[in-house]
Amino acid sequence: MNSIQPIARIRGGVHEQQPHESGHKHVSGSAEYIDDMPEPADTLHAYLGLSQRAHAEIVSIDFEGVRACAGVIGILTVDDIPGHNDVSPAGKHDDPVFAVGKVEFHGQPMFAVVAETRQIARQAASKVKVEYRDLDHAIDVLEAEKAGYPLVIDPLKLERGDIAGGLANAANRLSGEMRIGGQDHFYLEGHIAFAMPGEDDEVTVYSSTQHPSETQHMVGHVLGVPSNAVTVNVRRMGGGFGGKETQANLFAAVAAVAAKKYKRAVKIRPDRDDDMVATGKRHDFHVAYELGFDNAGRIEAVDATFSARCGFSADLSGPVTDRALFHADNCYFYPNVRLRSRPLKTNTVSNTAFRGFGGPQGMVGGERMIEDIAYALGKDPLDIRKANFYGDTDRNVTPYHQTVEDNIIPQIVAELEASSDYAARREAILAFNRENRILKRGIALTPVKFGISFTKTEYNQAGALVHVYTDGSIHLNHGGTEMGQGLYTKVAQVVADEFQVDLDRIKVTATTTAKVPNTSATAASSGSDLNGMAAANAAQQIKARLADFAAEHYAVPKSEVFFEPNTVRIGNRLVPFAEFIRTAYGARVQLSAAGFYKTPKIHWNRAEGRGRPFYYFAYGASVSEVSIDTLTGEYQVDRTDILHDVGKSLNPALDLGQVEGAFVQGMGWLTTEELWWDAKGRLRTHAPSTYKIPLASDRPRQFNVKLASWSVNREETIRRSKAVGEPPFMLAISVLEAISMAVASVAEYRIAPRLDAPATPERVLMAVERLRAARNGK
Amino acid sequence: MDIQIRNSIRFLLNDKAVELTNVAATQTLLDFLRLDRRLRGTKEGCAEGDCGACTVLVGRLNHGQLTYESVNACIRFVGSLDACHVVTVEALAAADGSLHPVQQAMVDTHASQCGFCTPGFVMSLYGLWMHNPSPAVRDIEKALQGNLCRCTGYAAIIRAAESVSACNAGNDPLVAERARVIEQLQALKDGRRVDIGEGKQRHVLPANVDDFADFMEANPSATIVAGSTDVGLWVTKFMREIGPVVFTSHLDGLRQITADNDGLTLGAGVSYTDAYPVISEHFPQLSELWNRIGGEQVRNMGTIGGNVANGSPIGDTPPALIALGAHVLLRKGQNRRSVPMEQYFIAYGKQDRMAGEFVEAIHIPRLKQGEQFAVYKISKRLDEDISSVCGAFKVVLDTAGKVQAAAIAFGGMAGTPKRAATVEETLIGSSWNDETIERAMSVFAKDFTPLTDWRASADYRLLTAKNLLRRFYLDSTGEGNVRLNRYEAAVG
Repeated sequence: MNSIQPIARIRGGVHEQQPHESGHKHVSGSAEYIDDMPEPADTLHAYLGLSQRAHAEIVSIDFEGVRACAGVIGILTVDDIPGHNDVSPAGKHDDPVFAVGKVEFHGQPMFAVVAETRQIARQAASKVKVEYRDLDHAIDVLEAEKAGYPLVIDPLKLERGDIAGGLANAANRLSGEMRIGGQDHFYLEGHIAFAMPGEDDEVTVYSSTQHPSETQHMVGHVLGVPSNAVTVNVRRMGGGFGGKETQANLFAAVAAVAAKKYKRAVKIRPDRDDDMVATGKRHDFHVAYELGFDNAGRIEAVDATFSARCGFSADLSGPVTDRALFHADNCYFYPNVRLRSRPLKTNTVSNTAFRGFGGPQGMVGGERMIEDIAYALGKDPLDIRKANFYGDTDRNVTPYHQTVEDNIIPQIVAELEASSDYAARREAILAFNRENRILKRGIALTPVKFGISFTKTEYNQAGALVHVYTDGSIHLNHGGTEMGQGLYTKVAQVVADEFQVDLDRIKVTATTTAKVPNTSATAASSGSDLNGMAAANAAQQIKARLADFAAEHYAVPKSEVFFEPNTVRIGNRLVPFAEFIRTAYGARVQLSAAGFYKTPKIHWNRAEGRGRPFYYFAYGASVSEVSIDTLTGEYQVDRTDILHDVGKSLNPALDLGQVEGAFVQGMGWLTTEELWWDAKGRLRTHAPSTYKIPLASDRPRQFNVKLASWSVNREETIRRSKAVGEPPFMLAISVLEAISMAVASVAEYRIAPRLDAPATPERVLMAVERLRAARNGK
Repeated sequence: MDIQIRNSIRFLLNDKAVELTNVAATQTLLDFLRLDRRLRGTKEGCAEGDCGACTVLVGRLNHGQLTYESVNACIRFVGSLDACHVVTVEALAAADGSLHPVQQAMVDTHASQCGFCTPGFVMSLYGLWMHNPSPAVRDIEKALQGNLCRCTGYAAIIRAAESVSACNAGNDPLVAERARVIEQLQALKDGRRVDIGEGKQRHVLPANVDDFADFMEANPSATIVAGSTDVGLWVTKFMREIGPVVFTSHLDGLRQITADNDGLTLGAGVSYTDAYPVISEHFPQLSELWNRIGGEQVRNMGTIGGNVANGSPIGDTPPALIALGAHVLLRKGQNRRSVPMEQYFIAYGKQDRMAGEFVEAIHIPRLKQGEQFAVYKISKRLDEDISSVCGAFKVVLDTAGKVQAAAIAFGGMAGTPKRAATVEETLIGSSWNDETIERAMSVFAKDFTPLTDWRASADYRLLTAKNLLRRFYLDSTGEGNVRLNRYEAAVG
């Protein structure tokens, strides 16, 4: 080996804290979102006209009032769609762009107005006169089931062992049910698309989409043109959270249809209220379960059904309800288990992806079962949790027959239990509750195990494109989209690390279907796992060519070529990176490469409910302490401690932000965020005035968040890191469980509080009343 | 009266003077910035004053002092900006591109993720920092009640706000330019009536309160816009025509605060922020409620007069004002009358206000010796939420410990803010004890038949209203640990 030592470390390599690549632009208002782009002259604006009924036949539509508005250019209806009136991502042709003949939810798009300004288009759209013939509607899951509504897609069943025997032979049995509310994404930037007509059949669309390739395909499908005619670009989104995985497609398609029809640029951006009523959300669930367990609280058998409010079409409800089942075990071994999904059709907006993708609902169900056992046996729920953790060598097979090979939950929980002083604080809280009659407190420690990979195996692939220019600057493009999670920063760090150049030498450019084709949604927490690997692969291809060139040009063995900080060491020679690249260009070395990656080891047979859908698991745990007011149901989170596993972090600062943000978003889902429909099937919580996401003053008063710095991914992921987008969302379950404990205190912790989610102050107070009545009734 | 007229709106936008002659009455500041001036750092998140992505600072001369306040550009009408200084996020960085300390702190603490809400947070924190360079966490949280972030969980933003306190004003543009801006704004305040457009598009900024009274008498159908935190939504959400419009937020004559032996008189145009110091001094029991009205931007714009005048059954201040025995001072032309607040609210959507009449001031009598008073707001989310139930209680006990007088009023329980007459009757003459409270709680249903909606069910409203009476009682007995307090841990 050569004796020359590296001169320094590069700035911004992997495992380093680096600011978000757009941070300085965010704070100065210069980060450009689609609505901020300069519009070409003559840009038109489209606005959707929405159904005012939950379920009705459309008898007639009168556009006279719309056309009468000055500045209206035209109206788009199904007759203006040259291709297919469909944006179903499931390929089921059940997701019309514009409703035809009947409407199936309140807020369903029926037409679009195109006008000189957005204001005119929006005002004109409200002047339509529609005659409806009302049909019966079903909004709620159980209502739909009773009314005989169909499933939107084939359900899933996971089964292992002898369920009937397990239940029959258990020392204890109980059954229960729970409702888990949905959630609006409330990305701060609402949906938006901007389309520019091109030559022939071409169109370029700027879309706030997490899935540019699918948006490209859908636009092509609706226009009736091949994918090669459509280019979709997205530099950044103002938040996505799953809400822009499929829901952006309709807006992109409408903008594209209008752009082609009028041969002018067209922008479409709904108002916040319309965005909230017309686009899908997290699925609400009803969970019914039967449990058998021994006197130590160890589970013998579980039989549970997860029914989901899917809305009027399939969208992603299949994989979402599948993932609910995949996480109903959370960290616990179920010796005998049957889990079934019921993806029910309802007359509501079609529900869609949302951070965790059904996993959180499944996990809340699983944790409710643990809680029920604890209260039935009069034990600390944490003891029941520990008694049921997956084992290392036995008791380690999931309901879907995947062996858990990387279980670190016992270590995570043990460390957090000690660092948070859980036991002593729980004792203090029990004492407080004995002494105080109005305020009650609760504490809960809940674990998370979350499976990483798209369960649709084909999505687990990615591409990247890397160019090295003759001045040594590097252009990076990949299929992942930036929605705030810091993906561009992390992948750039990977490329910087591969070439051993400072991070500022790398520019990540806007995601576009024209540079990297056939990409997967930036979803399932997979962004850096997949795109980081693909980008590393592209860099490695270029480096291999460069190494070949260096060995030949400088006549040294290839083993003596090293990429060192901002230099290349060739034998005893140190060549500055830019100079080396210029020399390589002179020797006609190809300085560009397309990288590719596909996740190894995974496979999944849905029909049999068997396989290895996940490459690995990410873990974490949190402990939350709350206070509730038993006169009003109001509550506050006094403290939360988190220990979360991101493997060997690519960027600890960004990962910490993901954990903190996911926790608070999850807390909102389980506490104050309530979707409320009226009897007519209208969503009435459809703007921040009525739909309450957490504020700064809702976050835990003490908030101690740590990454498990000792964790290393046992699989060969990008630099041994782990995915971080979704798993920490479910850390918020500790808040719901802590509130439950505070409620349970009014009946001496012997009655399961069975608090439904979201635990609004109203639900908390009503649970307190219910438990008091039950206690007094005894 | 000899009133001179000007047909333009004049204000400062960052470092430029703006004069508009052709501007719609309902032109919002946000659309003006984004569409007209192409200043696109200010974002639209909700267009209803709840998310704060559009936060900008508006500076105005207040008794000769220049104060900057955070406001929501989405529901602020351009017409209301006459003689103001609008400061947007584009103005913060130095000419060489170096970031302002507030911006740099946000970068250094990784406080932005998707970045869409970020300019609004920067402006709110900038507004806070100007008034309070070393804020405590509770001050930071209060300043950020009107800013939603969906990505970060806020922890990093709080860290940014705490770290910026270490920075001094340095070459902050608004500090450096202060004297010049004051001079410019003074020059813009020419005492004329601003009158622009015709018919439905007409909007007027009266020269003074007398001019306003004359205008209202002559144009009784005009929409009065004070803080526009309610009327703004009529435009942005309901696309309602509201012209002709008369703006009042610039009228110093409506922003007077008088405290004397009788009590407080607050001009109808006094904002929540302006009223806070005097309210918290004279009625400390109102401080918490005051801090939970809207977000900071809404408190900076919204007025007590507007909150009363619009007659909402869920307005934050009327229950407390009714229980305190406040009066509404109404004016039509040169005629004035005083109406007890509880009589002002006649029915849902109907107030005791004649055509051409307007609310000029609110008078709140001082609490007398022996009067116990409290107000409790219940909402789904603690801050920046509309109350599901709001209860205000005032009782006087005699020397024997019996209730001598009681005034109890609720919002969210009926079509108007309303007194609990039967509950009061039950209490009066009885001993102030558990048994009396139980008895009074049992008669709530005689006073109220609340509705179920997305904020709360009828059952919850009724139950909570009763329980608030119990809370009031427990508060009066001094029993500990009966209220949540985010900033003081409960005593174990």
